[in-house]
Amino acid sequence: MPLLEIEDLMVTFTTADGDVHAVNGLTFNIDKGETLAIVGESGSGKSQTAFAAMGLLAKNGRATGVARFDGKDLLSMSQREFNKIRSKDMAMIFQDPMTSLNPYLRVSEQMAEVLMLHKGVSKSQAVTEAVHMLDAVRIPDARARVTMYPHEFSGGMRQRIMIAMSLLCQPRLLIADEPTTALDVTVQAQIMQLLGDIRQDFGTAVILITHDLGVVAGFCDRTLVMYGGQIMEEGTTDDIFANPSHPYTSGLLKAVPRLDVDEGELITIAGEPPDMSNLPPGCPFSPRCAVQLDHCSAQRPPLEMTGDRRRSCHLPVQEVA
Amino acid sequence: MLSFVVRRLAVAIPTLLILVILSFILMYAAPGGPFNSERPLPPEVLANIEAKYGLDQPFWKQIVNYVSGVVTSFDFGPSFQYKDRSVNDVIAQGFPVTLTYGFWSFVVAVTIGVSLGVAAAIKQNTWIDYFAVGISIGAQVLPNFVMAPILLLVFTLWLGWLPGGGWSGGQWQFLIMPVIALSTSYMASIARITRSSMLEVLNTNFIRTAQAKGLPMRRVIWRHAMKPTILPVLSYLGPAFVGMITGSVIIDVFFSTGGIGQFFVNSAFNRDYSVIMGITILVGTLTILFNLVVDILYAWIDPKIRY
Repeated sequence: MPLLEIEDLMVTFTTADGDVHAVNGLTFNIDKGETLAIVGESGSGKSQTAFAAMGLLAKNGRATGVARFDGKDLLSMSQREFNKIRSKDMAMIFQDPMTSLNPYLRVSEQMAEVLMLHKGVSKSQAVTEAVHMLDAVRIPDARARVTMYPHEFSGGMRQRIMIAMSLLCQPRLLIADEPTTALDVTVQAQIMQLLGDIRQDFGTAVILITHDLGVVAGFCDRTLVMYGGQIMEEGTTDDIFANPSHPYTSGLLKAVPRLDVDEGELITIAGEPPDMSNLPPGCPFSPRCAVQLDHCSAQRPPLEMTGDRRRSCHLPVQEVA
Repeated sequence: MLSFVVRRLAVAIPTLLILVILSFILMYAAPGGPFNSERPLPPEVLANIEAKYGLDQPFWKQIVNYVSGVVTSFDFGPSFQYKDRSVNDVIAQGFPVTLTYGFWSFVVAVTIGVSLGVAAAIKQNTWIDYFAVGISIGAQVLPNFVMAPILLLVFTLWLGWLPGGGWSGGQWQFLIMPVIALSTSYMASIARITRSSMLEVLNTNFIRTAQAKGLPMRRVIWRHAMKPTILPVLSYLGPAFVGMITGSVIIDVFFSTGGIGQFFVNSAFNRDYSVIMGITILVGTLTILFNLVVDILYAWIDPKIRY
C-alpha cells in the first residue's frame, strides 16, 4: 500500500469572481521512504495539493477526489481527526522561514508543545528532545539557543528549526513546500544536504515542492511535472531530465540558466501562466505550446503510462525535442 | 528596561511642566473671572477678593507662585468657587468615585469587548460573527448621553430595580448603571479592534504552522494568536483607561455620582481656574503614566521590542 495516495484530486476555491480551479484531477502515489519532486511554476497547484492533503486549505477552498494516507481517507477528516496525524505521521515545512515560526514564543516552547501534544511527555523531557533534534539539524550551541526567540536566528537557521520541529515525532511523510526558495544559494545547498541526510537517517518519505529544477536533480527519486493543476509528466528524475517527453518539461529544462555557456538572453517559455478560473477545455499548456496540434486546445490529452513514465500530451514522444 | 522607565519618567517632568504653564496661560487669557457674576461686585470688594487670591499681581508673579506651589508642595491652590476648600480637597472627594466606576467600566469593556472580538473573528461570517458585530455597532451608536436616560427609564422608573442616582460609598446597586453607560462605547471599539486584529493574525504563516503541528484550535488561538492580536488593542486601551477613570460629566450629571467630571464642567462654567488646572494636570499625568504602562506591556508581550 502506498503511503500517500492521491487520485483524481480537485481543489476549487470559491471567490467573488467565480470558481478558481487550482488542482484539476491530479493522481499520484508516494511509497514509504521515497522522495518525490512536484515541479511547476507559481500557480500550478502544487502547494494547494499539499495543503489539501494536510487539511490546511483556506476556508473558501474545497477538495474532492481521493486522498489517502496509510489507507485513511483524508478528505473526509475533521480538523480534530487531522490533528491526530499532523506532525505525528505527516509533517509539513513551508516556503518562508522568516514568518513561519511564531515570533512571540520561544523556540523551546514551539518545539516542546509538539512532543507534549503527540507523545504526552513532560515539558522538560520535551525540551531535551528538542535540543537533540536541533543538534541533529546542526544548530550550533542548541542547548543555549533553544530558549531564544525566532528573530534571533538567521533565515537559514529558522528553516533548520522548522525542519527539526517537523521531525520531532518522526513522521513517515514530510512535505517540504519550497523549503529553499526564500534562502540564498549557499544556504539552499546546506538545507538540501540536510533534508537528504534526514531522509537517510529517519527513512522519512519526502515530497519536495519546488519550481527550482536544480534543487530536484540531486535529491529526488521521482519527479512529477505539474501545469494548470494537472500532471504533464512523471517519471524517475534521471529519466525526466535526460529525456523530457513533454513540451512543457523540455521548455522548463531549457529555461534553466547555465553558467558554462554564454547564452546571451535568458530563455523563457513564451506566454503567461494560465488563468486558473478560466482554463482551456484541452491541455492547459496548449496556449503556450510551441509544437501544439490542432486539437490540443479542445481535447484534454489522456494520461498515458509507458513503463514507469506517465505523460499527458497529444504529440507523439518521438516528436518532442 | 529599567533605564528606559527612568528615562521616560525623566522626560515626563518637562512635559508636565509645559502642560501646567500652557494651561495656566490659557486660563489667564480667557475673558472673565471667577468673581464676575451676574450682579457685579462693588469695585472695592472685588479688589479685596482679588488681593486675597493674588489675582492683583502681575502675570509672571502669578505663574511663578502657582508653578512653585505645585512643584514644591503639591499644592494646587484654593478653589475660587467652593469657599475654604482647596483643589486637592475637591479632587480627593471626586476622584475616588470616578476611579471606582471608571475602573469597573474598564474591566467590563475589556472583558466583553475582547471576548466578542475573538469570538467574531474565529467564527467569521457565521451568525456568531454577525451577532457580535451587530452588538458592537449598536453599542457604538448609543452614546452614553443616550444610554444613561434609557437605563434610568427602564431600571429605575419602569422596573424599579435600581436607585436612580447617588453613590453611597460605591455600593454595587449604585455602580451598575454608571458602569454600563460608560463602558458600552469603549466595549464596542475594543470588540472591533480585537476582531480585525485577530482576523489578520489568523491569516499569518505562523498560525498555519501551528495548525500543521496538529495543535487543537483552542491552543492555536490562546497560545499562538492571542499575543499578536492584543497588541493593537493595547495601544487603544492606554488612553481609553485614562478616559474612563477620569470619568464623564454625563455619568456624573445623570446618576448624581459626584465624580470629578462634574466638578470639571462646573468649574469651567464658574471660571474656577485652579480646579480646572488641577483636573487638567491630573488627566495629563495619568495619560503620560499609562502610555508608559502600555509601552512596558508592549515590550513584555513582543520579544522583538527591547528598550
